[in-house]
Amino acid sequence: MPISDVSGRKVWQLRSRNQQLAHWAMWLAGVAVFMWCWQRISEATTWVFVWDAPRIAADMGSRAWPPRWSYMSELWAPLWDTLNIATLGTLLAIFAAVPVAFLAARNTTPSALFVRPVALFVIVSSRSINSLIWALLLVSIIGPGVLSGLLAIALRSIGFCAKLLYEAIEEIDPKQVEAVTATGASRWQVMAYGIVPQILPAFAGITVFRWDINLRESTVLGLVGAGGIGLQLKSSLDVLAWPQVALILIIILLAVLLSEWVSARVRGAII
Amino acid sequence: MLRLEKLTKTYRTGDKALNAVNLTVPKGQVMALIGPSGAGKSTLIRCINRLVEPTSGKVFLDQDDITGLSASGLRRMRRQMGMIFQEYALVERLTVMENVLSGRLGYVGFWRSFTRRYPQADVDEAFRLLDRVGLLEMADKRADELSGGQRQRVGIARALIQDPKVLLVDEPTASLDPKTSRQIMRLICELCAERELAAIINIHDVALAQMFVQRVIGLQKGVVQFDGKPDALTPEVLTKIYGEEDWKETTRSAEEAAE
Repeated sequence: MPISDVSGRKVWQLRSRNQQLAHWAMWLAGVAVFMWCWQRISEATTWVFVWDAPRIAADMGSRAWPPRWSYMSELWAPLWDTLNIATLGTLLAIFAAVPVAFLAARNTTPSALFVRPVALFVIVSSRSINSLIWALLLVSIIGPGVLSGLLAIALRSIGFCAKLLYEAIEEIDPKQVEAVTATGASRWQVMAYGIVPQILPAFAGITVFRWDINLRESTVLGLVGAGGIGLQLKSSLDVLAWPQVALILIIILLAVLLSEWVSARVRGAII
Repeated sequence: MLRLEKLTKTYRTGDKALNAVNLTVPKGQVMALIGPSGAGKSTLIRCINRLVEPTSGKVFLDQDDITGLSASGLRRMRRQMGMIFQEYALVERLTVMENVLSGRLGYVGFWRSFTRRYPQADVDEAFRLLDRVGLLEMADKRADELSGGQRQRVGIARALIQDPKVLLVDEPTASLDPKTSRQIMRLICELCAERELAAIINIHDVALAQMFVQRVIGLQKGVVQFDGKPDALTPEVLTKIYGEEDWKETTRSAEEAAE
């Protein structure tokens, strides 16, 4: 009841008195929980180490600089592997994600009762497991190497791509679909003419976005033995070869910058 | 000839959009369907090509009962019924040519349509129709680059390339300015006359309907309240269809029409 009567005049407020009190109580509870968590974390922290941190970091930095440029000769191959893991993994994921998305979208699924839940389950299970964990599992199943990394990236990306794509399918303009249906087009023709043109920009955007993410993710897959530049990073870290670590981090940064640039260009060209 | 027998549509919410509508539209007749919003005009034309499934009743095109058709029979039947929409309903990201050719989808196999290899006869007909509606130079433009009136012309070409027996037209002028509205109505009526097409045109603008059509049906709450010549639309009739209002300025009287 935000409108009240004060001596014959109608007064409007955003919230009634009770709503206002509830609002304040909610904020109070939120702040209290935050403070409590802060305290718990503080108790569990060894503050001596934290006060020491700047000195340690500076020490590590001085050992890492200058990077060992000559190590570059051993990085080209793993860098190429990383790029392949990201690109092929994304392609594989897209091929699997398109049918899943059409089965999951409310307006294209053959059966909202049986097929749609299965498609949604595929999406959720793929999304809920991080690609590093997929890689760990796959390395123990099919052994270490690029293939494990590639499949890990693909499995993680199916859910992501399918989810964004089915949301795009559900948001299409139904009138265009209706018009194509009214010409006597078959189910597949309605899809090719009424739906596909409408989701094409979203499809391209999702693909390059996921490729961009996958390039970052594939740089760490080597940590668990799934190929790529992460393998070099781990071996350098293990022997405390800080100048090599510095070089690898610079390379990863450059690769990510490049992927940002490419995906921005592709998205700009489509929309 | 199009014939509706006791066509009824009850939506799942319980709303009766159409209540036992009987209607016959002979070959070559252009008929306007007027009535207030929610009277069931859109439902009526969508029940004819079963974009909306009627609850009961029958629809006949010539001798064939549309309501009893299987999925593939319905697709073949839909080829004979061209549809024109309020907001054009073109596939926005396809070219004008692709939109016009999409009217042939019912006749062309999936791969031919998917790879855009339409029979040359269809392409010839598409060019002829684009020329007829005055958009020959626009064939290669994307549909979303056109103005409203141009888009509706593409919509008309798409419906006609189906080589239909009937045109179902849903508010063709509702998103257009008055001048373009007249041009579009004139074009639709001329084309119907050239090809002897029957047409049902849903329309809000009573005066515009009177200007072009041979017959008017007044629908109110899913029931036909008026069926007659456009000049017979007296203020009393309009009150019966739409409710109480001053109708004197809305319509052209019989005397004006005679001038």
